[in-house]
Amino acid sequence: MKKLLAIVLTIVITISGLWFATRLFMPKYMHGILEGAMIGEYYDDPTDHNVVFIGDCELYENISPVYLWENFGINSYIRGSAQQLIWQSYYLAEETVEREHPDVIVFNVLSMKYNTPQNEAYNRMTLDGMKWSSSKVDSIKASMTEEESMIEYMFPLLRYHSRWSDLNVDDFKYLFHRDKVTFNGYYMRVDEKPADDNIPKGRPIIDYQFGDTAYQYLDKLTKLCKDNDIELILVKAPSLFPYWYPQWDKQIEDYAAANDLTYINFLDYQDSIGLDWDKDTYDGGLHLNLSGAEKLSEYFGQILSNDFNVPDRRGEEDLEKYWDGVIERYDAEIQRQTTNLEKYGSVHGPDGE
Amino acid sequence: MLFTSYEFLGFLLVVFVMYYLLPGRAQWSFLLIASYAFYFMADPRYLIFIMITTASTFLAAKSISDHKASFDVWFKEHKKEMEKEEKKAAKAKEHSLEKKIFLCCLLFNLGILAVTKYTNFTISNINSLLSAFGRAEGLSFVNLVIPMGISFYTFQSMGYLIDVYNGKFEAQKNPLKFALFVSFFPQLVQGPISRYADLSQTLYEEHRFDWKTVSFGLERILWGFFKKLVIADRILVPVKAIIADTDAYSGFYVFAGAMFYALELYCDFTGGIDITIGVAETMGIKVTENFIRPYFSKNIKEYWNRWHITMGTWFTDYIFYPISASQFMMKLSKKSRARLGNNLGKRVPVYLSSFIVWFTTGIWHGASWNFIVWGLGNFVVIMISQELEPFYRWFHSKVNVAGTFGWRLFQVIRTVLIMSSLRMFDCYRDVPLTIKMFGSIFTDTHLWQFNPEAFVAMGLTIDDYIVVFVGLIVLVTVSLLQRSGSVREKIAATAGPVRFIIWYVLFMATLIFGAYGIGYSASQFIYNQF
Repeated sequence: MKKLLAIVLTIVITISGLWFATRLFMPKYMHGILEGAMIGEYYDDPTDHNVVFIGDCELYENISPVYLWENFGINSYIRGSAQQLIWQSYYLAEETVEREHPDVIVFNVLSMKYNTPQNEAYNRMTLDGMKWSSSKVDSIKASMTEEESMIEYMFPLLRYHSRWSDLNVDDFKYLFHRDKVTFNGYYMRVDEKPADDNIPKGRPIIDYQFGDTAYQYLDKLTKLCKDNDIELILVKAPSLFPYWYPQWDKQIEDYAAANDLTYINFLDYQDSIGLDWDKDTYDGGLHLNLSGAEKLSEYFGQILSNDFNVPDRRGEEDLEKYWDGVIERYDAEIQRQTTNLEKYGSVHGPDGE
Repeated sequence: MLFTSYEFLGFLLVVFVMYYLLPGRAQWSFLLIASYAFYFMADPRYLIFIMITTASTFLAAKSISDHKASFDVWFKEHKKEMEKEEKKAAKAKEHSLEKKIFLCCLLFNLGILAVTKYTNFTISNINSLLSAFGRAEGLSFVNLVIPMGISFYTFQSMGYLIDVYNGKFEAQKNPLKFALFVSFFPQLVQGPISRYADLSQTLYEEHRFDWKTVSFGLERILWGFFKKLVIADRILVPVKAIIADTDAYSGFYVFAGAMFYALELYCDFTGGIDITIGVAETMGIKVTENFIRPYFSKNIKEYWNRWHITMGTWFTDYIFYPISASQFMMKLSKKSRARLGNNLGKRVPVYLSSFIVWFTTGIWHGASWNFIVWGLGNFVVIMISQELEPFYRWFHSKVNVAGTFGWRLFQVIRTVLIMSSLRMFDCYRDVPLTIKMFGSIFTDTHLWQFNPEAFVAMGLTIDDYIVVFVGLIVLVTVSLLQRSGSVREKIAATAGPVRFIIWYVLFMATLIFGAYGIGYSASQFIYNQF
């Protein structure tokens, strides 16, 4: 009996120690680079969204779900992450459909340009936050670069042990909880940096054809939505760069036509949206700031409400309560960033947060 | 498949579980399958080479053994009828036949080793010669497969063949059992070079799961990983930086690099051997120890009795003694004594044999002049230290320091410095550069220009150096404890919680501070390349 107790105790202490170390060493993404915390936030919120946006920074920095709620009563969420590759978007969509039934999924098509795994750090920021499911396993398999291995995703301590010399206060503070860094997936910036004449122009490339793998996952995404009676809208955000080639645009247009999908290239509607590239971007045209995101949300909100009949759910008590909380944080963040901007010339404030 | 790869750990887990699930009589057969699978996964082509060596050695040894046995029977039956001369002639005839088989097999296998490992080295030297004589066009290099661990398994097989030839034991009758002896996967890539008489004691036995044996094996594996991942692969970073930029890092940095390399090589090689021995131990198989705290040696001779022991004894038993006792050396001994006097003359055959051994040792380590010069450097140092023996005796008769801690410490430091200096030949591109960099320690020291920040610029942070330093303290402590017996036994004798804390701390330290995974390049064990 004593021996059995010793064995059980040994196993419990060993596993607890490993679990604790894993939690300690995993990056928290609470300050500085926030993108790694985005995917994980989704699981905390109610899951009956009518619109789910899936894609990269061209969505999570350019659309404001808070604005969509306040002005159209659209209950939406952005499942976005940095350099989210199309297979990651597909598996996030697959997982989303397992958990809820949105009316519309909006997919930003910029990631069609990638046909192979790209970068371990970005993979991690998307995949670590996902809860374990077959979708996560498949997404990892599709995303891994040569240097990565599945076991490091299963046991993240094997990946992050090298952070021992980088541990900071955040690693201890956020051991068992995380603060929200987004507003239903939206990453906010209130500062401005006008787009000038130095916007990178599109240089000729050898092959404009999107890759087979990218198309394969776009097909899967289309099928997933059709099988589940979800409207799939393909969009291209109005970001001025990376350059969106006409040849790429044509391929998406053709694909949308062939599959009876809606494709909106917001670059063609900049004037209708009312974008002012002197005021509506915080990084010279790569991403929109709050002002730009709210303008795009106003424009897209009209489309979602009028053309896709996304319901206005204002008045639902639980949702109102939930959104009140998000709006409160949203306004506080606007206030925080504005104050920082005035005081320190940067939204990050004195500590770079 | 690197020992430090996840694949190897997964492979090990599967092998371990299967090994104990299988009936005892099937265990060795399973190990053979696992060993061949291990080799196959490295490169399927390697299997051809190891199978050729295995088959040829098995057949030759069995043939010699069978001949010996049938001759013994025949000789027993007929010796009464034979005259003394007839007996002698019969034995000589038999011996000659065995010798032919033995030499054919020996030359064939050493030939494979020589062709695969040394062809391009030979071509390179021929081209240098041709170039020296004004021939611009040289021979083309050939693209040959160098099977992983060929030096190790060839030497292990040849050791077996020589022992059978010398009648130390009968040849193994089962070809599959012999195949396992040659290919046993934990020691296939970096040794130790096991003797058949030792390894076969436990290799083919049935083993039941025994917690103490398994836990001791796991502890040894963990200790090996600690040395390799926490110390060796970390300190490798500045070693590489110092070697790569000879303009920036000369003088004192070269000395520091040599010291770092001494630590790196020790932790890398002994770590690998710990994993090998530990893996075998978890399956109840006893593999010969290869190191006995070599950096505590008081002289070079002692050092070589404690470093890479199985290689040293192999060269001593199978090269040094046969050469020393050969007819040629006997004649040389006679002639040299006659010409140079008894005192000096008797040394000539010993030194010549020693020269050959060290030359071979050097070239065994690698196909380059660096290794040859390194081997011969060892020979020169050992020879000098032997020649200085009378001086030492005289010194100790005048100065009473022998046996004091200070003197022992001096001897240990001296040995480490000499060995580290010789090992610089491992590091630099060629012999002249090595000599130049070694010289810079004395001519370009500039200690007053020494900048500690330069060590951070080599790729390790201060925190990393602290980890190495703490690791070194642990290493030295364990070595000191080992002097009075097995550390694992000592830990096993402590109370359960203490035991758990010790191994758990080591496990977590390896897991956290180990230089593995993304951000660290997987470093092959140095001795894998031999």
